Amino acid sequence: MVKIVVPVKQVPEVTEVRMNEETGTLIRDGVPSILNPFDELAVEAAIQLKEKHGGEVTIITMGPPQAKDALLKALAMGGDRAVHLTDRAFAGADTWATALTLAEYIRKEEFDIVICGKQAIDGDTAQVGPELAELLGVPQICYVQKLALSEDGKQVIAQRGTDEGHEVVKAKLPVLLTATKGLNEPRLPNIMGIMKAKQKPFVEVNIEKLGTDPSRLGLKGSPTQVRKVFAPEKKKGGIKIDADNPAAAAKQLVEFLTKKGAI
Amino acid sequence: MGLIYDRDTCTGCMLCPKACNFGAIEKDGDKVKFDLDKCVLCGSCEEVCPVDAIKIERKKVDANEIAQYKNVFVFCETHEGRLRSVALELVTKGRELADKLGEKLVAILIGNDIEEHAQTLIYHGADHVLVVEGKIFTDYTTDAYTIAMTSLIAPRKPAIVLYGATNNGRDLAPRIAARLALGLTADCTGLEIDEARQLVQTRPAFGGNIMAEIISPYTRPQMATVRPNVFKPGEPDTSRKGEIEKVNIEVSPIQVRTRVTEKVSEIVEGMKSVEEADIIVCSGRGIKDPANLELPKQLAKLLDAAIGGSRPIVDMGWLPPTQQVGQSGRTVCPKLYFALGISGAIQHQIGMSSSDIIVAINKDPEAPIFSIADFGIVGDLFTVLPEVIAEVKRVLDSR
Repeated sequence: MVKIVVPVKQVPEVTEVRMNEETGTLIRDGVPSILNPFDELAVEAAIQLKEKHGGEVTIITMGPPQAKDALLKALAMGGDRAVHLTDRAFAGADTWATALTLAEYIRKEEFDIVICGKQAIDGDTAQVGPELAELLGVPQICYVQKLALSEDGKQVIAQRGTDEGHEVVKAKLPVLLTATKGLNEPRLPNIMGIMKAKQKPFVEVNIEKLGTDPSRLGLKGSPTQVRKVFAPEKKKGGIKIDADNPAAAAKQLVEFLTKKGAI
Repeated sequence: MGLIYDRDTCTGCMLCPKACNFGAIEKDGDKVKFDLDKCVLCGSCEEVCPVDAIKIERKKVDANEIAQYKNVFVFCETHEGRLRSVALELVTKGRELADKLGEKLVAILIGNDIEEHAQTLIYHGADHVLVVEGKIFTDYTTDAYTIAMTSLIAPRKPAIVLYGATNNGRDLAPRIAARLALGLTADCTGLEIDEARQLVQTRPAFGGNIMAEIISPYTRPQMATVRPNVFKPGEPDTSRKGEIEKVNIEVSPIQVRTRVTEKVSEIVEGMKSVEEADIIVCSGRGIKDPANLELPKQLAKLLDAAIGGSRPIVDMGWLPPTQQVGQSGRTVCPKLYFALGISGAIQHQIGMSSSDIIVAINKDPEAPIFSIADFGIVGDLFTVLPEVIAEVKRVLDSR
């Protein structure tokens, strides 16, 4: 029996987010929201562990009311229960304040394993996982590509991606893992799953229920502040030639690169 | 800020005195007592306590306190005794920031038998190198390295701490940030000091569609991870002088809760890392057959470049995953990037669009890669590339 907690995030489909260059704000209208793809890997990993060893999978998110959709998707995949931390006081949180909000709730629960996605594709920071591990006081194994429990069920054996390849890391439970590509192929929820999801235990938690001093959470509790957002300098296409004469084209290219000091 | 000890909850297990590197905790009857003059609030005891009897409260720092935080610290990662190239990039950038502040640049080396790199770091701009050595630091582990770093940072109070955004750097920095309750900005591509002497950290978000400037006004030190290859390493100046200080930090094996049992390099012999290379020769679906990779390999060899691949050809197993460039692979920013037979879908562009010079060869004139290529050749890869190789060879031979 393993008790697993999976923190997830609802994210915009990032390839469709653009800037309004006149106002300097993000254009989010019409951009679809999805369950963060790395979190799908985490949900799938949790369900697989539960299928093998028995136990319970709790999905948790901190987010606005519409983030409920991300929780329902994870429940439809096979999560057992969901916790939605939602309150205006949580809004505008940076990674530290996000990790604190999640930790304040998770530490009240019993858990053996917390599995996060490696990073959310909107912010790409990969910080909430390790920060949450520290605040929960458990060890972490980040960028997990393969995962198993030891026979006695007391240890995780994880293959972790490194810059050069991978390493095998063992840790006793409780532990926090972050899931990366290759760990599994997340299942698609089927109709049964989607219908059942709506019947599964679902708790909403606001600031009063969480019981944490609001000044430590959300924008107020965030040590980092976004001072400005702007569109990146758009790289523009430069020279484009047809290779009717390949040798001449090659010569022109190498001349260009030599002049630029690139080779 | 302060340390709160709950003597009633304490079981007297005596783990915390062993975890303290500052001699601030001693046995007191069947419990412990704290010498707050010695305590630097590094958090090691809080982390090791099994019953949460120790709590460190961290508050925001006010303007007077901020002034006490001085100097720029740089975590210089080593791997199997070798200094990672991002370390020299950070030292070079850190030097610039320290000069702007009129403060010192301090480089940190943690590992086993790595002191030899201290001099290199001084030649590249460090004023002071802190060397932490020990068997327990041979392999990177989150726990041992976090203890070493917090034990260095907490008492020395730097204004800024920088880390390379490698896999280990991105594992370590947030752990430290959480222990010390600090702001941390991930994957910075720009760092500046503003008129208020704050660190302005610029980073991409939303898959590179947006850039954000981030500051940490009320916490010190200000911490950031920095992508490899963003800042260029400077030339070493062998006349530079600096101080090398060995720091003894004890970490007991029980404080290290993960164990590395196997390390596997997936780097194929002779294949350079795409994240560390100045030049990358990257192939896509247009290469058609794994045997055809010989051509890009020839070009890579001539230019001492790394071989890269787009997602489809890595998924087909033609190149190892370490060489994959793009959103689901590695993010790279070399000086020169060849996109060969790559159409340039947004997912690929996210991983390489910040390259200094992009060269694209593709037979489809409408391929999106041409919209960001500095030099595009519309044509058949298999007739153009051999000519390019011959021309590069001719030019290099003539030098």
